[in-house]
Amino acid sequence: MMEEHVISVEGLHYSYEKVTAVDNISFSVKKGQIFSFLGPNGAGKTTTINVLTTMLPIQKGKVTIAGFDVDKHQDEVRKSIGIVFQNETLDWNLTVWETLEFHGRLYSIPKSNRRPMIDELIKLVELDEKRNTLVKHLSGGMKRRLEIARGLLTRPKVLFLDEPTIGLDPHSRMRIWDHIKKVNKEGVTIFLTTHYMDEADQLSDTICIMDKGHIIANGTSESLKNSLGMDMIYLETGDDEKAASIVKRMAEINSVRNSLKGLVISLKEEGTRFMPKLVERIRNEGIEIKSVNLKKPTLDDVFIRFTGRELKEENNENAKNKIMM
Amino acid sequence: MRTEFLTIFWRDMTKFFRSKAMLFTSLIQPALWLALFGLSMSSNFDLITPGVPNQLGVPSVNYLTFMAAGVIAMTVLFTCLYSGISLQFDKQFGLMKEIVASPLPRSHILLGLSLSGVAKSLIQSAIIVLFGFVLGVRFFEGFTIEQTLLSMLGIVLFIVLFALGLLFLASTVAMHLETHESLQGVITLLSLPLFFASNALYPTNSLPLAIKIVSYGNPLSYFITGMRCFSLGSNFYSVGTYYTYGTYDVLTALAFLIVFDIIMFLLALRAIKKAKIV
Repeated sequence: MMEEHVISVEGLHYSYEKVTAVDNISFSVKKGQIFSFLGPNGAGKTTTINVLTTMLPIQKGKVTIAGFDVDKHQDEVRKSIGIVFQNETLDWNLTVWETLEFHGRLYSIPKSNRRPMIDELIKLVELDEKRNTLVKHLSGGMKRRLEIARGLLTRPKVLFLDEPTIGLDPHSRMRIWDHIKKVNKEGVTIFLTTHYMDEADQLSDTICIMDKGHIIANGTSESLKNSLGMDMIYLETGDDEKAASIVKRMAEINSVRNSLKGLVISLKEEGTRFMPKLVERIRNEGIEIKSVNLKKPTLDDVFIRFTGRELKEENNENAKNKIMM
Repeated sequence: MRTEFLTIFWRDMTKFFRSKAMLFTSLIQPALWLALFGLSMSSNFDLITPGVPNQLGVPSVNYLTFMAAGVIAMTVLFTCLYSGISLQFDKQFGLMKEIVASPLPRSHILLGLSLSGVAKSLIQSAIIVLFGFVLGVRFFEGFTIEQTLLSMLGIVLFIVLFALGLLFLASTVAMHLETHESLQGVITLLSLPLFFASNALYPTNSLPLAIKIVSYGNPLSYFITGMRCFSLGSNFYSVGTYYTYGTYDVLTALAFLIVFDIIMFLLALRAIKKAKIV
């Protein structure tokens, strides 16, 4: 058998009236993987997930999930997937158990399968003690875990998670990550969207970086970072402009760019041996060095490389705008 | 037959019996109407229209008994229109998304909601009848056992039909409006003419022409006609008016409510199928 793809997307396009949200993207997800869509808010991630989960109609392109054409076999697709939406979709006045029971009945799972499955899932997401607690009395992290359990109730082939840890504290986020990994180990393919680099980095087998409706890079976290070269050096000097012109002429470097705090230098080789040489060269020109820092490239650097913008800053901007609104 | 709508019904009833405060107020409110408004008005009306010796053999019905059907109508009206708010809540706060992402046909959302609305309406009406009896409402006076049972069935049928139309109406409005605040406003606005431009609290023959015309197109009036005929008999005298109901009146009322239900159902179905929930 050929490599099994549980999701395959070809030439997907989606526009809201005049705004193009997803512009002719194609990708596929192998069975058993954790696949991440990483990108800033408004990149088209949620639109893509909505089309893949049948919440939005297909305008152009072809999407197959678990062997079913999303356009033609909506109900079969719905029965093969689990979804955890970006915004909470819980009834606060139902208990944990009732929330799962309601979901199981919505999908017509027979009682003999449903009841043991619910017990199993409540254990899996460690909500045993909250079984008969109303949803409104759960913490944010618990609600998220309940939604993940709910998404798994139909024994889906793919679990879609749209920004699974948005708005959660660091401790809850790590716990959600553990649960996602656990679920994946049991054989469920995970498709998640996130604008957190660390989330994509920690969890995924494959990362797809999305920006303005396009897929700009695709690969494992390692391969994406390695595409930038070996190491990154963050350099702060008394005269960044002059320093940059010197660095640019050195053979060991890939690229140099200005950031808010000095220069960011991407290297072709390991930085530990290159750093003394760099420092010496700049000192010789009489430029003062304020700080030097050696780092492995991050996904943020990958994002910058392809878009010229910082993912982190953009998220902060978005956060600010949200508060202002 | 697909029975997924029972899931929606189950959830709604679970919540109805869970929220003790809501359950209590929704049951006590009609009882209070009957006790406060009913008893006060009744002492006045019975003064204004004293037991004028009426036609031979026609029973006189006191005002409290006369307006009891109106209180039932009002309760069903509010219960059903307010079901729209819970639908709107689901739409605004997310659970609707979970439901429409499932294989459940959208029409079942409507069916489940209707079933629970009807169930709540019947429970509340039964309580009003029981509480009313304590206060002095005299339904089924002079009926034989068979007549009483048959009348009860008739009343249940009318409550079901009336409730369904209102539930579909509320669902339609809920699917079209964006926030529950605006829905609340629209519901209040709708309920005023529905309730007051009708024969719920007083006879319509002496109403100003405009209100009288509205009352003829008002499903609530036809509901009341059916209710009074089944609870008070085909001939009675109340609030200075001689009432006589024939088979024709009951069938007209029935037909009107059925047509009202069908139109409202089609509108609601269209609204819920077209609604974009993302």
